[in-house]
Amino acid sequence: MSAVFDIIASAGLWAAVLRIATPLILGTLGALLCERAGVLNLGIEGIMTFGAMIGWLAVYNGADLWTGFLIAAIAGGLFGVLHAALTVTLGLSQHVSGLGVTLFASSFSYYVFRLLVPVAGTPPTITPFQPIHIPGLSDLPFLGQAIFSQTPPTYAAILIALALAYLVFRTPLGLAIRMTGENPHAAEAQGINPMVVRYGAVIAGSALMGMAGAFLTLSAFNSFFPTMVQGRGWICIALVVFASWRPQRALLGALLFAFFDGFQLRLQTALGGVVPYQLFLMIPYVLSIAALAVMARRARVPQALMQPYRRGER
Amino acid sequence: MRFERREHRPVALVIATPLIAVAAALAIAGILIAIAGAPVFEAYWNILKGAYGSRLSATETLTRATPLILTGLAAAVAFRARLWNIGGEGQLYLGAITVAWASSHFIGTWPSALQIPALLIMGAVAGMILLLVPLWLRLRFSVDEVVTTLLLNFVAVLVVSMLIDTVLKDPTAFGWPQSQSVADAAMLPKLLARSRLNLGLVIAVVLALVLAFVQSRTVFGIQSRAAGLNPQGAVFAGVPLGRTLVVVACLSGGLAGLAGAVEVMGVKGYVTTDLSPGYGYSGIVVAMLANLNPLGVVVAGLFTATMFVGADGMSRAMGIPSYIADVIVALSLLTMLIAVFFTQYRIRR
Repeated sequence: MSAVFDIIASAGLWAAVLRIATPLILGTLGALLCERAGVLNLGIEGIMTFGAMIGWLAVYNGADLWTGFLIAAIAGGLFGVLHAALTVTLGLSQHVSGLGVTLFASSFSYYVFRLLVPVAGTPPTITPFQPIHIPGLSDLPFLGQAIFSQTPPTYAAILIALALAYLVFRTPLGLAIRMTGENPHAAEAQGINPMVVRYGAVIAGSALMGMAGAFLTLSAFNSFFPTMVQGRGWICIALVVFASWRPQRALLGALLFAFFDGFQLRLQTALGGVVPYQLFLMIPYVLSIAALAVMARRARVPQALMQPYRRGER
Repeated sequence: MRFERREHRPVALVIATPLIAVAAALAIAGILIAIAGAPVFEAYWNILKGAYGSRLSATETLTRATPLILTGLAAAVAFRARLWNIGGEGQLYLGAITVAWASSHFIGTWPSALQIPALLIMGAVAGMILLLVPLWLRLRFSVDEVVTTLLLNFVAVLVVSMLIDTVLKDPTAFGWPQSQSVADAAMLPKLLARSRLNLGLVIAVVLALVLAFVQSRTVFGIQSRAAGLNPQGAVFAGVPLGRTLVVVACLSGGLAGLAGAVEVMGVKGYVTTDLSPGYGYSGIVVAMLANLNPLGVVVAGLFTATMFVGADGMSRAMGIPSYIADVIVALSLLTMLIAVFFTQYRIRR
């Protein structure tokens, strides 16, 4: 028991929680934005992979870190255009289109990476984001190390979450997005073009997914390798349900989730050798499934989610 | 510009759809090959040569097609009833490890004629069980099975990784995490000497024929299709929706589990965590390329295997990353989706 307490009381755990949470926050917000407008975006896993690859590749070739992030966001947005073309313009199955985007985006990432970065014994690295020192706050005992010693994208992710919460619930644009997700016919009657809103939401959401991937290679690690996203995208999709399609709760959900993940990582070292490490690695996935089972009935699903909108067709 | 539903679908168009889709995918991938600085036609010629250029490569392509046909059937059966089983990869691994466990620990001494059928059934049942969990979550808690089956893939591979690290670890594998081998009597008979081609291919093709019959000529076939087209309407028409979905899940999970069993008993003999290079996910593409038709799955499985085996050979010869095969396969899923759309709709100005 004291081992458990020691882990929770260590500032290292809390610093790790924020680090682990960042890609989940960005990815969950991205998926949430798409779904609020009525489009399920299962392209997330592949878009995160591509964002991780292209952001890293840009920095490896001399771009600065923020440019890498921007390029990952633009690339994510382009995959968003693809997903929107399939699901909004053509009204195809959002499940299958999303999986297609994921398969294409991830295999394309591996192809480009293998083509441009020669095979080497040790993977090439870049200098990732460093924790920023905030005068005063970073020097606080415990809190300084736990909360105020993160890399800049982590703070950016939290700000984006708050901004998105404001946008979705407090602005006319947010109302238009929510209306399109609930009832596109009613939205159209109000003079809103549901096609435009859906395109915009999917593109912006996919850009956030690209940034989520870029965080992995530009801040959390310093190199890219295939399969590095490891199902984080799918976990984000589960977190959207857990958050009941609310950005603030998405932030909390991602933090809660990251807490368990950071905790199991440390427990793994504490109990190493006694319990197979794979049991700990399973926790995030099992936890996501459990969260879905608990929340699925209670959560308020956008009513038009997964329903294609065709003018004049019901 | 808007889209208008076609009154009827010309048969020639429906048959040409997958060919057009594949041609479009190859054209787009051709651009990527050209950007990489390689001659496109030579690259595709090398893919064909790599897949069928010799007796060894041709049998290898057929061997590779076997699990793809089985996972393709698994996806096709499920998708037809709108049961989104994306968990083929995990079901495959669970089927594989079950077979390795049963043969190395319990029934390894049985004669082939008994052991092989018993193992195939066990592998299939393992896959079924893994899919029944998300189906139960869907029916009981209305949880979307796409996400749960996807997440269970990771859990299944971790379970396999844990087992081959501990109780099932092969002590003679120099510390390498690899399961104990199945008994010699559990290995599927070879179809051709000096190749890896085995009875698994026959099993896969026969199952495709059986499924084609079941789907077009039985009550269950109609019920599962109705459940997919319009669940509410199906209930009104007296289709037992829950029961139909359970049977569909058993078929789908069973086929994916069987893919794992066949891969172990036909080719590898033991389980590692790189047993499958994404057969479960490729099965989804195979099913879509076949337009969910079981017989089409055999052809689409063969096409996908051709790309994977051929790209390996082409990669060695021309230095283009063999990931181009995954790109082509993923692109053909997207182009197929679009092509199918235009068999149902036409553009009106």
